[in-house]
Amino acid sequence: MTSILSKRWLLVFIVALLIVAPIVAPSTQVLLTLALAKSLAVLGVIVLLQAGQVSFGHALFFAIAAYGAAFLGRSMGGGEILLNLVLGVVAASAVALIVGLFIVRYRHIFFGMLNLAASMIFYSFLEKFYYITGGSDGLSVPRPTVLGMALERAEFEWILFYGALLLVLGALALTHRFLTSPLGQMMRAIKTNEVRLEYLGVSSRRVLLAGYVLSAALCGLGGALMATAQGIVTPEYAWWIRSGEFVFIAILGGAGSVNGALVGALAYEFVKNYAAAFAADIWQLVLGTVLLVVILFAPNGIVGLSQRLGNGRSEKEEAGQ
Amino acid sequence: MSETVLLQAKDLEIRFGGVIAASGINIEIMEHKNLAIIGPNGAGKTTFLNMCTGYLKPHAGKIFFDGEDVTGIAPRKLVRKGVARAFQIPQLFTEHTVLENMLMAGAAQARNWAPLTRIDRIAQRGEMVHMLEMIKCAHLADRLVSELPEGQRKLIDIALALALKPRLLFMDEPTSGVASSEKFEVLEIISGALQESKVTAVFVEHDMGIVERFADEVAVWNRGQVLFRGAPDDILKHPDVIRDVIGEEL
Repeated sequence: MTSILSKRWLLVFIVALLIVAPIVAPSTQVLLTLALAKSLAVLGVIVLLQAGQVSFGHALFFAIAAYGAAFLGRSMGGGEILLNLVLGVVAASAVALIVGLFIVRYRHIFFGMLNLAASMIFYSFLEKFYYITGGSDGLSVPRPTVLGMALERAEFEWILFYGALLLVLGALALTHRFLTSPLGQMMRAIKTNEVRLEYLGVSSRRVLLAGYVLSAALCGLGGALMATAQGIVTPEYAWWIRSGEFVFIAILGGAGSVNGALVGALAYEFVKNYAAAFAADIWQLVLGTVLLVVILFAPNGIVGLSQRLGNGRSEKEEAGQ
Repeated sequence: MSETVLLQAKDLEIRFGGVIAASGINIEIMEHKNLAIIGPNGAGKTTFLNMCTGYLKPHAGKIFFDGEDVTGIAPRKLVRKGVARAFQIPQLFTEHTVLENMLMAGAAQARNWAPLTRIDRIAQRGEMVHMLEMIKCAHLADRLVSELPEGQRKLIDIALALALKPRLLFMDEPTSGVASSEKFEVLEIISGALQESKVTAVFVEHDMGIVERFADEVAVWNRGQVLFRGAPDDILKHPDVIRDVIGEEL
């Protein structure tokens, strides 16, 4: 009971902070929008981690949606933000369905590496086919309309931030719901006993494929959002370091719960941003140290740590009474 | 009651390198007659179960379930046709609670894929709780499977198979890993659950007391073949069986 409460309180606290942040500190708004976009992709990675599978190539779906948004916007002379997001999710899901049919046959290191391979193929495509993709310069993404209204930059960024916040909260709720459903529980069962799953009459590949498509859809939503927020897409969206970053953030935030995606992405963006500002040459060192500390002392990530602190406090309170 | 052949094995053969684990197995399993399979280690008993439940494909021969050729089809397709299996070493979802394990089986059986319904609120919950009562494990519902002793895990393993509402259940040594003082009690529980679910059981067993008490028929396995088959009273007194199978245990 306490753990559920402390989990909820952590989320409520963070959401409250996020709501007031752009008002109190306007300079953080863009950074926070990017963190929110990333948290959606991290959520996708967390879905697969439930099944014990780590993908080192989910930037593929992030990039497909981002380039989708860019192409759509350019062809429509601006485009509409809702269309950008919908197209991003649909494109990422469709590709995941095709790639997934092949990849869900594999597990563990093979699963991770095949995802990596798929993402790097797409990366090379983005780099080399510069007539279509703009090569390493990428493509600019025109500012889309919002429900048909053309907005000034400042207004647009406000709407983008609060819209992203709503999307993230919706995605967290839906993903949490999915993971507690029979299908979601069977995803978790892939981690512990696939043989039994088959002997329950369930195809573990199909279960994993469902999770794979969901995880790609979340990455797609994040990618389309990121492209719209940044106004430019580059092959770096599909680069393997980007995929690694998603896994890094998932572990940092806590891969055991969906909230880990949001908490991790915020913490990561802040550490990265401020470490880069104050220690330009060694910011990777700072991040690496943070990850080491998390793995050693808080294996369930920041969310797990806050739960542990919450539990400790309530135990003390109970003991005091 | 009319005699229905539920499963029929015809000339099954399988080899692992030089070891012949099945060399012309022919057997018919009758509905509502629990069959015990006995035989020395390495006789091919588990291999037979593996072939009948789709885990191994025989190199030659055919398996018919309810008259239909099911040779070499995947476990999950056989489950859909009504063949379930319990394991010698319990195969459970160790990071889930006992009830969650059962609910997954219930959802799988009913093909309940509602992606936004919490698993503990699915329509099959009542049935699964009842199943746990049937095997006297209702008090364990909220315990993590990884915390349970082997004996209880075996019961949960069997309950998972029964939750699939099979017509035929294969059990590989249902009482191995159970303290000998508790074996009869455990089998009593299983046999009650089998009767209530009207499931025909085929089980591999080393304890002749259990075989005598719970089997309607006995088949004796040796070197990949069925040597004898008949009523427990006759088979267990057969001098060859006493010498080759029971001998060392007396």
